[in-house]
Amino acid sequence: MEAGAAAFIGMGLAALGFAGAGIGIGLIFSKMIESVARQPAAEGKLGKYVWIGFALVETTALYGLVVAFIIMGSR
Amino acid sequence: MENPLHHFELHTLVPIRIGGLDLSITQGVVMMWLAVAAAFAVLFFPAARLKLVPGRRQSLVEMAVVFLRDMSVELIGKKGPVFLPLLAALFFFVLFCNLLGLIPGTFTATSQIFVTGALAVTAYFVSVGVGLKYHGLHYFKIFAPTGTPSWLVPLMVPIEVISHLARPLSLALRLFANMTAGHTILAVLFSLTVSLGIALGWLPFGFTVAIYLLEFAVAFIQAYIFTILTTVYIGDAVHLH
Repeated sequence: MEAGAAAFIGMGLAALGFAGAGIGIGLIFSKMIESVARQPAAEGKLGKYVWIGFALVETTALYGLVVAFIIMGSR
Repeated sequence: MENPLHHFELHTLVPIRIGGLDLSITQGVVMMWLAVAAAFAVLFFPAARLKLVPGRRQSLVEMAVVFLRDMSVELIGKKGPVFLPLLAALFFFVLFCNLLGLIPGTFTATSQIFVTGALAVTAYFVSVGVGLKYHGLHYFKIFAPTGTPSWLVPLMVPIEVISHLARPLSLALRLFANMTAGHTILAVLFSLTVSLGIALGWLPFGFTVAIYLLEFAVAFIQAYIFTILTTVYIGDAVHLH
């Protein structure tokens, strides 16, 4: 296999990281909706933690994007 | 198909070189100036003529500032409002960079790692400086929180040090990658629209509109996340966990 082709495959594989972030973000917001349905008064307090958690989860996926950029740069 | 990453390239407008440093004025620098000017126009003029009964623009600005103040009080505590100028400056600068970048034909300053990196390093050193100022050398106790069993300390300290050093990295990468990813999606969809022509091009164009709205929300969310994480880090330094 050519090195260039392997680089493209690697860049594609780096996108797999988004699957994990998708699951994580889905879990965060499903729990948020569940909690607010049970305890509507807690929405203001929970919102802050939801966004912090969302940011932390999303970053893991974006590291994959950065890995793809690094491969693209060294290709 | 045109390279969708093409529009992130920086072009030197005014070359300035001092020693080995490249301090050229690029379109990223110009967009940052425009963001500062826009933030100044939106924030300063209502603040210059404060009224007891706020008008429309003043209530909008007040809403944002009160929101940031309440956030700082909740996460940092009584000393929160001390950091409000820094937090508000970070929030509005990132927000206006993001929003100005959404105007077609402009350049997103926050899609450059040097911009987000500088902001994140500033936020990080402020949090470390605050910790050192309030607690002196006791600040380094955060690497081994009280209650850690002594046999765990050799394991805990490296992990905590790495997670501490990862903070500015993740702050910078999150904003940079979010902006880059969003604008890349827009560029890919637009180039699909162009290459499909009028017969099928409306389909990706419709998606472009939807993604554009999403990017509008992301601009606010990322500015908020950048600020709230800075607040959390400063709060950590003030409370030592």
